[in-house]
Parts: sequence; structure tokens; C-alpha cells
Amino acid sequence: MSVINYGYALAQGLIQSMERDPNVFVFGLGADDHKELFGSVKGVLERFGPKRCFDTAIAENGMTGVAVGAAIAGLKPVHVHIRADFLYLALDQILNLAAKWRYMFGGQMNVPIVIRAVIGRSWGQGAQHSQSLQSFFMHVPGVKLVMPTTAYDAKGYLTAAIADPNPVVMIEHRILYYINDEVPDEYYELPFGKAYVRKQGGDVTIVANSYMVTEALKAADFLEKQGIYVEVVDPVSLVPLDEETILDSVKKTGKLLIVDCDWATCGVSAEIAAIVAEKGFGSLKQPIQRMGSAHVPCPVSKNLEDEFYPNARKIVWKVYEMLGKDLPKEDVPLLTHQFKGPF
Amino acid sequence: MTPSSSYLDSSAWNELFRKMLKIRLAESRVAEIYPTDKIQSPVHLSLGQEAIAAGVCHALRPDDHIYGTYRGHGIFIAKGGDLKKAFAELYAKNTGCCRGKGGSMHYVAPEVGLMGCSAIVASTIPVAVGDAFAAKYLGLDRVTVAFFGDGAVGEGVFFESLNFAALKQVPVIFVLENNNYAVHSCVKERHKVTELYKFGEGLGIKGIRTDGFDVANVYANMREAVQTVRGGGSPMVLEFMTHRWAEHVGPGADHNEKYRDRALLNLAIERDSIQMAKNTMKRGLGFSDDDFLRIENELKAEIDEAVGFAEKSPIPDKKELYEGLFKERI
Ligand SMILES: Cc1ncc(C[n+]2csc(CCOP(=O)(O)OP(=O)(O)O)c2C)c(N)n1
Ligand SMILES: [Mg+2]
Repeated sequence: MSVINYGYALAQGLIQSMERDPNVFVFGLGADDHKELFGSVKGVLERFGPKRCFDTAIAENGMTGVAVGAAIAGLKPVHVHIRADFLYLALDQILNLAAKWRYMFGGQMNVPIVIRAVIGRSWGQGAQHSQSLQSFFMHVPGVKLVMPTTAYDAKGYLTAAIADPNPVVMIEHRILYYINDEVPDEYYELPFGKAYVRKQGGDVTIVANSYMVTEALKAADFLEKQGIYVEVVDPVSLVPLDEETILDSVKKTGKLLIVDCDWATCGVSAEIAAIVAEKGFGSLKQPIQRMGSAHVPCPVSKNLEDEFYPNARKIVWKVYEMLGKDLPKEDVPLLTHQFKGPF
Repeated sequence: MTPSSSYLDSSAWNELFRKMLKIRLAESRVAEIYPTDKIQSPVHLSLGQEAIAAGVCHALRPDDHIYGTYRGHGIFIAKGGDLKKAFAELYAKNTGCCRGKGGSMHYVAPEVGLMGCSAIVASTIPVAVGDAFAAKYLGLDRVTVAFFGDGAVGEGVFFESLNFAALKQVPVIFVLENNNYAVHSCVKERHKVTELYKFGEGLGIKGIRTDGFDVANVYANMREAVQTVRGGGSPMVLEFMTHRWAEHVGPGADHNEKYRDRALLNLAIERDSIQMAKNTMKRGLGFSDDDFLRIENELKAEIDEAVGFAEKSPIPDKKELYEGLFKERI
């Protein structure tokens, strides 16, 4: 067990997967670069050489297709993107090809590709460097989707994604890279379709993902001091989704708030709300609430950006509103991690 | 063959020089301010590449349109954008060229023909083609320029854009600023054929590769291309060879990182656009060091004023978050 950050945990998982399976390779913009994609490919080039770790021309869609073909022919590509926004360019290959290949051909073949992409936030990332895209992969059948929150998850889900025989998209958050966690030194995998109760409580269920989990936990700590106990459920794996853990929690609290680091409209939070409305309506004591980014492109100005994103303080306010309580006298501290540039 | 630049008179030189120096000084100021955290935006500086923005834009009319990338400060200045709005945008203020919504990566100045800058590589290339298509459709004689880097030619959309432009013979000029690197990746590690200007040939697009340090050379080549294209001729690719002085993103230098080729830096220092322009202007046109100092001081005063304006400007009001998504139908 070592205490390491998210990026190094990913690198460790990748290296151990590459050691176990000689057909695993990693490629994409910056895969072999001295900045190491925020540490997430650290040591891979040195260890495995340019055959198994390489850069490409800037050609997201084409390179995703190359990954699909390589996977069909027996390799296990890990394709990396420094920002999730660039996945828009690759959606054709991910969603029209990779997601369909097995089913469309009657289950004869499979496409074991892993696509990693990082969500940006703050320091003027703006409209085109801050998007998350998870809803696309949840909407279209045929791709697994994980959003690891801790360094422990990051390693365990990357190894599981690489070992999985299907296309897996893994969406990470830039700010999570700063957070350290205890990570086993040896190889391990974590299971898809299992949600984590990050904190137990009986008053309100908060389902949050990725960076929003850390905000929800900060909110939960603050609320606890005020005598309010929220339960924080983190699905991590969105496809497949562990509906049961979410429904069980709602059964206990009767109150649900969903916080996604994305727009709410037609998003992951909409899907989870629909599932709870369909399957857990009887448990609900009041309408489900959702929080996500404001429904506009992300602005650069700090004060507009603060308005744009959900954060711990807004989660606290929302919980008070849901409980019909007046806000506490003491100000809710703004607990959001601050990120410093240039990238 | 390089078109002759001998028709450049002293006032043209003066203007080209001022454009380049303004970019150099303004971006140097950005790098100076950056450690104070007053600019909270990724900055992609075009230091070292000033001659391309200046030479290309100088060959254009005010009504001609240009499109650029996240590395857009230089073309904003060269096309005549308001420096106050540029700095205010870096400070993400309400008075910025995007009212604080776009930041450094999304400069725009439609009033002088800079129609937008995008931070998705290659994404404005087809947009420039569409703009040129509209000009032809509407019977206007303006030309449109797409600025992009050597990295952008890897994207499929580059091919698609060239093909459409050639087929429809739209008045567009593709300005490829080849600084040899896309982030930390060298052209020869991304392409088998590294003469990027040739990529359009099979589609019917003529390309040339030429020096991008000598502003007179940039201007002369661009002027000729504009004459061809505005006259109804085929679209063209102009590949200007250049060098980025700063790191890919951020205010620092990174020539000690091993991805960089020292020889390219040495060449770039030797062929510093501003120093070369000074030499020519001194030798042939009677400019003196005093003249250069005066110009520099004037520009610095303009930059001081722009920075002061940015610092004093108000931040956007919270309610602006939801404003500007859709235009009202009138
Ligand atoms: C579609 C897309 N992929 C990747 C990136 C990340 N990225 C930003 S700039 C850049 C390099 C572009 O290089 P080049 O076109 O040569 O322009 P330069 O930065 O040298 O001016 C990359 C890969 C991006 N912005 N958009
Ligand atoms: Mg480049």
C-alpha cells in the first residue's frame, strides 16, 4: 500500500496491465511526452518503448478507428485524450463502430478498447476545454462507462477496463489528479456495476460522480456539524449502473439529490432520476432534485464560472432547501479546490 | 520563386514593423503579468511567430475575414483589433472582446474581420471555407484566411475543407504556421511526408512553403496569393516556416526540454523577425535607433493604457451567465 495521487495510480495500473498482457499498448496525443499526461503515463515509455507507447498525428476520429481495428485483430489499445472535449471528434468511431460491432455482427466479435479522457475545470478552460460527455456514452448502448473518483478507483478501474473484452470509456477529472489516496502496490481490479456509499447518513441521499463526489463529501462534513446527515452514493461505473445501491439509499432517506459534473438536461442525472422515479417512487417523500452545470457553454470569467458549476456550498444550500430549513447563521465556506494554470 | 518585396516603401515597413513589435511587446507583457495570477486563462503565445500575423494581415483589406486558433493574440493585433479589449479579455472582464466569456483562447473582433478563434485543433479551417463560400455566393470580392498550425493538418477536416474549397473554387487562403511542433510532438514524428504544403496538391490546391521569419517575404507571398484568389483564382496553401519561442501553453520558455531541437532555436534567434526588419529599415530606408526607440515607447504606452483599462474594468455581472445563448428573432 502506498499513498499516491490519481495520475500515478493510473500509470501504475497501466504498467501492471502492460506487464501482464503484451498486447496492451497506449497511444494518443502526449502519450510519450515529458509531461506524462499529468503523471498518468509516467514511466510507460521508458519501460515498454515506442512500440507500445506512442504519440499520433492530431486525428481523434481516425485514431479511434485504428484502435477499433487493432482491437478486432487481437490487440488491446488504450487511447488517451488530455481533454474530454476532443472526444466529440471521435464519437463516430466510438458510437457508430466500437459500440455496434459486437451486436451488429451477431455477437461474433468484440472490441476491447479503452478510451481515457480528462475533464478540465477552472483557470479559464472555457467553452471547449471543460466538457465531460458522459451522457453520450450512457445514452448509446454498447460502451461501458466509468468515472473513477479516487486514486484507488483510478487504478482498479483502469486495469478492469483493460481486461474487459468490450469498449470502455473512462472519464477522469483534472482536479482529482491532485488528490492522494492509499493504493495497493500490486495489481487489482475493481468491479463494474458496483456503486460505493462514500458516507452514510439518513436525511438525504446525494448521488454524485467524479469530482462532484469530493464536493458532496465536503458538503456532507459541513452538514454533519449542523446535525444533518447525508448519504453520499458514488456510482463510479455508470454503464453498467448499480441501481440497487441507489434505490436502497433512497428507500432509507426518502430524499434524493443528484449532482453530476455535466449539464443536467438529458444527462446522467436525468437518467438516474428517471430510474428512481420508475423503480423507487414509493420511497420518495418529495421531488427529486438535480444539480449540474448551468445550461450554457462554460464561461471563462471566474465569477461566471463560479455561478456555472455546482460546488460544496451550493450542495449545502440545496440540502437545506430540501429539508425546508433556514440556512445556518454561519456562512457556508466555499470549499471548492482551486486549480492553477497554465493547463 | 519568391515574389519581390522591393515595392515595400518606408511607410509599409513602418507599419509591418509596428505590427510585429506590438505583438512582441503585448505578449511579453502577458508573460510578465502571468505570475501575478491576474490572468487566469491558459495562454498560447505567438512570440517568435509575429511576422506571419503581421505580413499576412497587412496584405488584407479591413473587410477581409480571418479565422484562427487558441494561439490568437497575434492575428487579433495584426488585423487591427482593439488592444484594450484584448487585455480586458485576458483579465476576463466585461469589456473584453468576448465580454469575459471566451478568454485567451477565443479572441474575436468582427469589427475588423477576425471572425473567431477556436481551441479545437483544425476546427476553424472549414469555417473559413464556408465564409469564403458565402462571399462568393453573395458576390462579394473579399477573401477569407484560415490560420492554423502544423498539427492541424492531421485532422480529417483539413482534407475535407481543402477538397470543398478546390471543388467550389472559393476565395480562401490557408495559412499554415509551421513551427515544427504540435505541443511537444515534432512534425516528422507525425507525418511520413513533412512538406505539409503539398498535402492539397492531389485535390487541386496549390501550396508553397516559404520563410516565415522575414516579414517582407511573408507579405510578398501573401500579397500575391490575395491577388490570385481575389481575382477568382484557386484557393492556396501558404506554409510559413517559423518557431515558437515560448512553451506550448503558458508564459515560460522550454527549450531545455529534450523534445526541442536546439538547431531550430538557434535559427530562430538568428532570424528574429524584428531584428531583421530593423536591419533592413536601417540599411535601406534611413530608420535610426531613435526611431525604433520612439516606436517602442509609443507601443509600450498603448499597452500600459490597455493593461490599465483591463485592470479597472468591471467583471461581468452574474446575470450575464445566462445571456447570449440564442439571438432573439426580430
Ligand atoms: C481536436 C483537438 N485535439 C487536441 C487538442 C489539444 N491541442 C491543443 S493545441 C495542440 C497542438 C496543435 O499544434 P499546431 O496545430 O501545430 O499549432 P501550434 O500550437 O503549434 O500553434 C493540441 C494537440 C485540441 N485542442 N483539439
Ligand atoms: Mg505547431
